[in-house]
Order: sequence, then C-alpha cells, then structure tokens
Amino acid sequence: MYVYDQYDQNIVDDRVKQFRDQTRRYLAGELGEAEFRPLRLQNGLYIQRFAPMLRIAVPYGLMSSTQVRMLAKIARDYDKGYAHISTRQNVQFNWPDLENVPQILAELATVQMHAIQTSGNCIRNTTTDQFAGVAKDEVVDPRPWCEIIRQWSTFHPEFSHLPRKFKIAVNGAVSDRAAIEVHDIGLEAVKNAAGELGFRVSVGGGLGRTPVVGSFINEFLPWQHLITYLDAILRVYNRYGRRDNKYKARIKILVKALTPEVFSERVNAEWAHLKDGPSTLTEAEIQRVAAHFTDPAYRELNDFSGELAELDAQHPGFARWRQRNTFAHKKPGYVAVTLSLKPTGVAPGDVTDKQLDVIADLADRYSFKEVRNSHNQNIILADVEQSRLFELWGELRDNGFATPNIGLLTDIICCPGGDFCSLANAKSLPIAEAIQRRFDDLDYLFDIGNLDLNISGCMNACGHHHVGHIGILGVDKKGQEFYQVSLGGSAGRDASLAQILGPSFAQEDMADVIEKIINVYVEQRNEEESFLDTYRRIGVDLFKERVYAANN
Amino acid sequence: MQRIIKNGQLIDETWHLLPKDAAFDSLPNCDDIIVPLGLWVDHGPALKARDGGLGVWLDAGDEIEEIADQLDNFQVIALNFPAFTDGRHSSTAYLLRQRYGYKGEVRAIGDVLRDQLFAMQRCGFDAFALREDQDAESALLAFSEFSEVYQASSDQTLPLFRRRG
Ligand code: HEM
Ligand code: SF4
Repeated sequence: MYVYDQYDQNIVDDRVKQFRDQTRRYLAGELGEAEFRPLRLQNGLYIQRFAPMLRIAVPYGLMSSTQVRMLAKIARDYDKGYAHISTRQNVQFNWPDLENVPQILAELATVQMHAIQTSGNCIRNTTTDQFAGVAKDEVVDPRPWCEIIRQWSTFHPEFSHLPRKFKIAVNGAVSDRAAIEVHDIGLEAVKNAAGELGFRVSVGGGLGRTPVVGSFINEFLPWQHLITYLDAILRVYNRYGRRDNKYKARIKILVKALTPEVFSERVNAEWAHLKDGPSTLTEAEIQRVAAHFTDPAYRELNDFSGELAELDAQHPGFARWRQRNTFAHKKPGYVAVTLSLKPTGVAPGDVTDKQLDVIADLADRYSFKEVRNSHNQNIILADVEQSRLFELWGELRDNGFATPNIGLLTDIICCPGGDFCSLANAKSLPIAEAIQRRFDDLDYLFDIGNLDLNISGCMNACGHHHVGHIGILGVDKKGQEFYQVSLGGSAGRDASLAQILGPSFAQEDMADVIEKIINVYVEQRNEEESFLDTYRRIGVDLFKERVYAANN
Repeated sequence: MQRIIKNGQLIDETWHLLPKDAAFDSLPNCDDIIVPLGLWVDHGPALKARDGGLGVWLDAGDEIEEIADQLDNFQVIALNFPAFTDGRHSSTAYLLRQRYGYKGEVRAIGDVLRDQLFAMQRCGFDAFALREDQDAESALLAFSEFSEVYQASSDQTLPLFRRRG
C-alpha cells in the first residue's frame, strides 16, 4: 500500500498542529461556533445526538495492520471500546470528547492516518472496489489512481468550500463493486483498442434526498489528463453549482439543470485551458505511486480445490462459509476472505477494540499485514492462502467474524439511525436486527441468495436505501417512526434506483413485510434467478398486492 | 484607520470601498476607490478619466468574464465573500492570475477569516480585508500553516509530483 514520504508526512503533521490550534481557539471562545463548524467538519468531526462523531479517513479502504492496531487503541483510550466501518470505507468513532480530538489526530498521524476531508463541503475520501488488485475480473488496478486523486484533492485550495460535499469513486473491474454511478464523479478505468489506459467519466450521480444515477460525459479520457479534467469539472461545479438551497446544491442538480450534454461542453471549454498544462500526469509519477501497489510476495501455488472440496464435505459449516465469504483471487492458490461484521444483534459495521486487534493479528499471519474495508461495512483479508483457509475459518469463528452471510439478506447496510443520529426520522438498527432474527434459517437465506438490503433512518440516505434491492427508509408519520419500503435498486453496473412500494409500515410490521416480499420472489423466480432479476422481470405489482393485501 | 493584510504584512488601508448602491455623481475625483461592478459597467469611461486610483469589486455571483478584457483599468480587483463558506471567488482569483494574467492586487473582502487565508493566498489573493472581529496580528500566522502542498494553484504552479525530490 502507499507509504508516506517526508512530503506526505509533513502535510499531515501540519494539519495536526493546525487543528490543535483551531480547537484551542474554539474552546477559548476566540473562534465562534459558526466559524468552527466547517473547520471541524472538514476534519470529520460531527456533533451528533450524544457526543461528537469522528470519522477517520481510510483512503480507498486500505489499511495496514499497524493502522488497525492504532484504531483499536483509539477505540479503547478515547471511545467506548468500539469503532464503526462506514459505507464509504472509512472508520467512525461515536464517543470521543472534542478536547481529545487533537490528540487522537496526533496519534493517527504517527501511523500515516488522518481525518482530512471526511466531511464538509469538499472532496471526500475516494473510494473503490474492496477487491482492488486481487479480483480476477480486474482490468486496471484502481488503487494508484485513487492515491493520485487523494493527493490532488487533499487541501485543494480552490475547492475547499464547494456548494456541497463531493464524492469520487473509481472502478477498474468488469463488475462495479464501487458503485461509481451513484457518485458525484465515477471513474471507470478502461483500455482502448490500442491498449492505452483511460477513464470513462460519469458525473452527477448521488443518493441523498434526490437520488440520481450519473451520466457518462466522457467515454475515454486518456490517463495523462485525469487531474486537469477533474480540475475542470470541479471548477465548473464550484462556480455554477447552486448555493441558495443546500438540498439543491449537489453537482447532480447542476448536471440535470444544464443537461449532461451542456454540462460536458462547459467542462470541455474549461478543460481546453488546462489540458497539457503542468498538472498533466507523468509516467514517472504513475510509476512512483504504482510501485506501492505491486503484488505482495505471493508464493507460486496451485489451487487447493480438491482438498477444499473434501473439507467442505466433512464440514458443512465451512462449505457454507466458503461459498459466501470468500472471493476468487487472481493468483492460483490464494483467495480473498470477507470478515462479516453483520452477526445478528450487532449494529452492522461495528467492531470492538479487541476485534480490531484480532483483525490486525490475522492480517499479519494470513494476509501480508493488510486489510480492506468494504462499502458494505465488512472487512477483507485479500490475500489468504487457500491451504490455510480452514485454519483461518476456525479463528474467525472464535472471534465472531464467520457469519456466512456475505451478499445475503442479513448482510445489511444500515446507517446509525435514531439511536445515534440527530437527523433521523426513525431508528434503523432495530429494524436490521428484527429482519436478521426473522431470517435466521441459514438454508433459507442461502436459497434466497444474493440480496442487498439497505436501511437509512432518513432521506439523507447514509444507508444507501435507494440502491438496495430492497431499500428501507425511516419516515415520520404524525410523530411516529414509520418505514417506507422500495424495491429494485442496484449500485452495480447499470445502477438503478429503487421504486417505492407504497404507504409506509410500522416498526413491528417490518419483518413481516420483508418476509412477504421474499415469499413473492421465491414463488415467482425462475431457476437461479436472483431477487433483482426477478423484480426486473415481473415488476412491482405482485409485491404490492401481497404486502398490502387485507388481513394477510 | 482600518488595516489590511497585503503580501503577508499588515498595512494601513488607503482605498475606499464603495457600496453596491453608490451613485456616480457623488464620487470624489482624487481618492483611491474600489467601485462595484455595476458602476463600472455603467460609467466606465468616466471612471477612467478620474485622477484617483481605481479598483472594482465583484459580488459572489458576478463573473469575471464580464470584465476579463478590461483588467488593465484596475489597480485592485476585490472579490466579495458574503459568507466564508461561499468558495466561488476562489475560482475567480485563480482565473484572474492564471488565465487572465492579472498582476494587480486581488483582494478578498467580506466574510474573510483567518482560517481560510492559507487556501485563499494559494488561489491568487494577495490582499485581505479581514472581517472586523478578526485579530489581524495572529491571522498572519495562517500563511505558514502548511509547509508543503500537493496541487498546483496560483502560488505554486507546479504540482508536487513535478517537484518531489
Ligand atoms: C450520525 C451522524 C450522521 C449524520 C448527521 C449524517 C448526515 C448526513 C447527511 C446530512 C447526508 C446527506 C448529504 C447530502 O445528500 O448532500 C449524509 C449522506 C451520507 N452519509 Fe451520513 N450522516 C451520519 C452518519 C453516517 C454514517 C455512520 C455513515 C456510514 C455508515 C454515513 C454515510 C453517508 C453516506 C454514504 C452518504 C451519502 C449519500 C449520498 O451519496 O448522497 N453517514 N449524511
Ligand atoms: S440516513 Fe439520516 S438517520 Fe441515517 S445516519 Fe444519515 S442522517 Fe442519520
């Protein structure tokens, strides 16, 4: 992974000093609340229902075991012993004291971590495929490009007070596991017929109140021009994005208002001034950064298929876990393993300090000292030898990471909701738990197969409910917590937004409602047909009928 | 007398910033004045004929393109921040310096606060009329908060990747 040199370290160290002084001035009353607010936000510090929440940046989800241990220490020393993996591959602490934040940042800086631009109206952490660099279907490794974007966006002086937050995601594989089409900018690394590398560029995607799937405005941007082109998009947005209404301030609204065609003309007009200028990327820089993302010291191995099949036969639990929680690796003899942070009864994405220490230790022993966070709020060991999979499974079970549910109905994406968040209309965590309890039969869960169920406690959509195959949104109904259900969303390639089923439901009915929806699917599906495909084939009507049928 | 920051130093203010609704008739002949864009658009030739110094100021929604071919007339171009969180004129300052080659003073006015100064001077501002409640002496410290920067802007036209040793 990327390792800081003196330049990178100086910038982060300077930031620690700067924020320490800003916090001091705030606490001394020299800096007003209104002035401090954007400063703390650009450092990931929210004031929420009970305490500040501090969001730590995990650039494109990648962490070393040393960094994971530091997070464990911070959870122990400054929080209530746990941390939370966010839907943008970051890590959040829910209970730090404001007074301690400068010290937390100082400790993070010792392991090349920070909280820069994890919130606020600026360019946020760039996200990507959690299987970057190891996926079999990868065309281009997105990580060097993410790092190049990270550096460009860090303290960009011109774009630090944008109309609204700005999120960039990069995908380099055939499948889109980075949800690029629901980002402000989505970049897909591709090769043209001549084998040259470039990017397909989508703009104006996003969730929140007005969910929009992005529009591709450039089918092939040669890699040299990535930064100048991003500068051009951001300049157009910074100048012309709406600032009069924060609900209409995201770039998606500007792109819609202008139309993608006109927006792209504006970008091209701006870009014409920048193209081939000093920010044009160089081969040397790409190589410098890419050198940090070369393959680890893989051994020359063969696939372990026969042995694994035998283990499967002897241990059905192992077989099940292997089926869901492992992911094919580009190197023979290796496999990527997802640690499920979604056991029933634990808030999705929560990990304790002890678990974080265990994860660091497992990374050291099984996976070249690195882990990744996924936007589905799980943690991945990307480079595990297949011959050690059975042994690893045992350790994961001992530590609560082996729930065999990756990609299944109970692998729920869920925001903190009303239990923690002051903006919530409704709680979200108890809904997740009720659904997990209802679907506790593993055979049935496996039979249902791939299903993204996403829950947000309000229309800000932190839980990505618009792109869940099943989406649940907390709403306020005459002062009571109710839930709106929608179907058919997808964050993958050919992303789609879910369609609302109808009137909302009370909390106690939610597990029933989901069960009815699943029943319709099971009755209607063709062989091997996924929930999403079935929904796309049969439409919403049958689901509606069942869910709203009287006395049903 | 109000003081402003110019090139990293505190200096006495010598310019008069005219309000948006300033009338042309009441203008003094010899003072150094910064006029609102509308006044310049309506009375450009007459303003040029005055003896005093001339500057113009743009509100956050005004576009620099409107006067891009007339920049020689101004010793000062002031850009107003109605709120420090409105970053539009960060782009304007960049454009003034990099695209239009403007060499005169680019001044930030309005809600100009210490904690934005570092980024602002990067974009191309060289003068700052701080909001009244700001401690100007300590604000000077802001210019040295970072010892290194990643991306190109007006102060440093080469991105770090072209300078890394
Ligand atoms: C508890 C305090 C939180 C608050 C006050 C909060 C607030 C918000 C708001 C206001 C938005 C909408 C912004 C917009 O659309 O322009 C938003 C979006 C978002 N939040 Fe949160 N959030 C919180 C926690 C979280 C957590 C814990 C996660 C991750 C699990 C998260 C992930 C997201 C994501 C991914 C979006 C983006 C949706 C999009 O693309 O528009 N948030 N949040
Ligand atoms: S979706 Fe709403 S309730 Fe959930 S974390 Fe975001 S702002 Fe809070």
